[in-house]
Amino acid sequence: MGTAEAEATKPSKTSGENGNGTSSPGGAKLGDFSKEELHRFMRAMLLFRRFEEKAEEAYAIGKIGGFCHLHIGQEAGALGLIDPLRQDDWVITAYRDHTQALAKGLEPGPVMAELYGRDTGSSRGKGGSMHIFGAEQGFMGGHGIVGAQMPMAAGMAFAAKYRGTDQVCVCFMGDAAVNQGAFLESLNMAAIWKLPAIFVVENNEYGMGTAFSRVSAVPMIQRADSFGVPAHTVDAQDIIETWSFMDDLVKQVREGAGPQFVEARTYRFKGHSMSDPVSGTYRSKEEVDGRVKEQDPIAILRNRLFEADLMTEEELDAMDDEVRKEVDEAADFADEAPLPDPAELYSHVYAEINEHGRLFFDGRDGEAGHPGGGKD
Amino acid sequence: MAVITYREALNQALAEEMERDDSVFLMGEEVAEYDGAYKVSKGLLDQFGERRVVDSPISELGFAGLGVGAAMVGLRPIIEFMTFNFSILALDQVLNSAAKMLYMSGGQISCPMVFRGPTGAALQLSAQHSQACEIWYVHAPGIKVVTPATPADAKGLLKASIRDNDPVAFMEGELLYNLKGEVPDPDDGDFIIPLGVADLKREGEHISIITHGKMVHVALQAASKLEKDGIEADVLDLRTLRPLDVDAILATVRKTNRAVYLEEGWPWGGVGSQIVSIIQDEAFDDLDAPVVRVTQADVPMPYAKNLEQIAKPSVDRVIAACNRVLYRNS
Ligand SMILES: Cc1ncc(C[n+]2csc(CCOP(=O)(O)OP(=O)(O)O)c2C)c(N)n1
Ligand SMILES: [Mg+2]
Repeated sequence: MGTAEAEATKPSKTSGENGNGTSSPGGAKLGDFSKEELHRFMRAMLLFRRFEEKAEEAYAIGKIGGFCHLHIGQEAGALGLIDPLRQDDWVITAYRDHTQALAKGLEPGPVMAELYGRDTGSSRGKGGSMHIFGAEQGFMGGHGIVGAQMPMAAGMAFAAKYRGTDQVCVCFMGDAAVNQGAFLESLNMAAIWKLPAIFVVENNEYGMGTAFSRVSAVPMIQRADSFGVPAHTVDAQDIIETWSFMDDLVKQVREGAGPQFVEARTYRFKGHSMSDPVSGTYRSKEEVDGRVKEQDPIAILRNRLFEADLMTEEELDAMDDEVRKEVDEAADFADEAPLPDPAELYSHVYAEINEHGRLFFDGRDGEAGHPGGGKD
Repeated sequence: MAVITYREALNQALAEEMERDDSVFLMGEEVAEYDGAYKVSKGLLDQFGERRVVDSPISELGFAGLGVGAAMVGLRPIIEFMTFNFSILALDQVLNSAAKMLYMSGGQISCPMVFRGPTGAALQLSAQHSQACEIWYVHAPGIKVVTPATPADAKGLLKASIRDNDPVAFMEGELLYNLKGEVPDPDDGDFIIPLGVADLKREGEHISIITHGKMVHVALQAASKLEKDGIEADVLDLRTLRPLDVDAILATVRKTNRAVYLEEGWPWGGVGSQIVSIIQDEAFDDLDAPVVRVTQADVPMPYAKNLEQIAKPSVDRVIAACNRVLYRNS
C-alpha cells in the first residue's frame, strides 16, 4: 500500500478559528459507498482520462488549435468536487475545463466538437478549449483570464441568496490565481454577505513554470482564514475522500453556512498546455514520474477496489473498453460535425439587434451575414 | 549586419540596456526561471541575477503598479505582460497612475518605464486571448505607444523606449517572435531608433497603405500582389502611434492621393479613425477618393478556424480595399 493509501484514510482538515459552526466534512471510508457507486466513480474518471488523451491526440494532428490545457492527473477533483452538486447548482472555472464540464453533465460529443471548433460544439465553436459553457447544466464557463471567475462566482451566489433559493456556486481556480486582487475582493464580499459560494483552489503546485512556494509567503488557507472564510484541505487524488468531503460541505453551505474555501491538493501530470514540456526548467522528470506513480487518482481507486474485492481486472478492462468507445464516438461526432456557417461570425455579439442605429462597423467590404449594419 | 529573429533582437536590446544602466530591471510572470513565456528574456536571469530579473506572482495590477512606484523614485522598470490581454487588469495603474503622474504633480514626478509584451491575435486563441490592445493605451495622453514590425525596429525602438523618460507601451506580436531580419551588429555601436519616426517599408506611386505592427507584413504581401496588377503601393509603417509621425502620413497621401489604413484591432474608434481624421483635416484637397479602413471584424475573436480567418484582416481584404480606393474592379 503506497503513501497515497495512507493519506487517503485521513479525514480532510478544516483550519483556523473561523469555523463558523461548520464541522469538518468528509472522512468517508470505502464501505460507505455502494459497489455501483464506486463503479460509477471509476467509469467517470476513466472517461475523463480517455477524453483528455483523445484531445491530446487530436491536437497533435491539428484537429484542435489554440491553447489546450489537459486535466490528466486531476480527475478525482473534477469528479469529487462537482458530482455531489445538483444540476441547478453552478460551477465556474478557469481554462482547464474539459473534464469539469463533463462532471457537471455536458456530453462528451459537444465538448469534443467545441475543441474541434464545430457548429455542434457546446459553445457553437466560438469558445474553444478554454471556454466550455453549459448553461442548462449549470456550467458557467471556462474563463481565460486568471482569477476573473471569482467575482462572477460571488455574483451567482449573491443571486441565489437574493432570490432565496438554496443553490450553491462552486468556483474553481488554480493555485496561481490566489495572487490576483480579485481573489481577495471576492472572498471578502462573499464573507461579509455570507454568500453560498465554495471557492476551490486546485493546488497542482505550479502556475505554468512557477512553484506556488515561490509566489506565496504563507500557505493559501491562511489567506481565507484571515477573511473569516472557513478553510479546508482535501486530498484531491482520492475520490472517496474528495467526494464525501464535498458532499458534506455542499449540504452545509446549502443550509446557510456561508462561503467556504477549499484547497484541493493535486498534481498536473502533463505540461501546462500543449506547447509546454511535461518537465524541464521548473520541475524534474523524476518528480513528475514519482508523482504519477504514487498519486494517479485512477490507480488509487483501482487498487482499493481490487483489494476490497469490489472490482475485478476483467470488469475494469470492460469498463475501459466501453469508455474508449464513448470517447471515439465523441471524436467521430466532432469530426463529422459541420463548421460554423460564416454568417455566425456576427451572431451572439448582442442579445438584441435594434432597429435603430447601427451596431456593427465593418461590413463595408462585404462580410458575410452582417445583421445590424453592413452595406448601408 | 546580422540576421537574427525578432525575439533575439528584443533580447539583445534588454541585455544591452540592462548592462548599460543598473536602474533598469525586468519584472513579470515567468520572465526569470522560465526564460519568459515566449523566451524573450532567455538567459537574462543568468546574466543579471534575481535582483534585476524578477518572476512575479500572477498579479498584473500589483506588479504594474509596483513598476510605477519604482519609476516614481528613479528606477527604470520594464514590466512584461505575458500578453497585453492580461494588461487589461493593470490598466488602472497604467492609465490612472503612470500616464497622469507627471501632469498631476505639475512636472515633478515622471514615470520612465516600459510596459511590454505581445498584443493582438495569434492562432485560434479565442476571444479573451486575441485582442489588439493598442487603442486602450494610445487613447490616453501621457503614455507613448510603440509597435515594432521587424527585428531591427524591435531592437532600436526598445532601446529608445527604455531610455525614454515617459511610460511607454511597447507592443510586440506573438506571431512576429520567429521573424528573421537584418539588425546592425552590437559591435558597431548603439543602435537606437527614435520614437515618432515612421518608416516607408515599400515605395509606390498609386496608393498608400498605412499601417502599424504585425499588419505591416500583411500590407507588404498585398502590395506585392497589387504590383503584379501594375499597382505600386507605398507601405508606410507608423512604428509608433504616440508620438505619431503626421508628416510622413501627409507626405505619402500627397504623393499617391489615395490611402487605406490597415490595423488588427476593431473598427469603432480604432487607430485608423484617428488617422483618417488627420488626413481629412490636413490633406483633404489631396485626396482622389475617400480613405478606407481595413480592420478586424467588429466581433470578439471566434475560436473556430474558419470563423477566425474571416474575422481577421487579410491580404485579400486589403487588396479589395485598395481596389475600392482606386475605383478599380478587381
Ligand atoms: C490575468 C492572466 N495573467 C496571465 C495569464 C497566463 N496564464 C494562463 S494560465 C497561467 C498559470 C495559472 O496557473 P494556476 O492558476 O496554478 O492554474 P493551473 O494552470 O495550474 O491549473 C498563466 C500565467 C492569464 N491567462 N491571465
Ligand atoms: Mg496550478
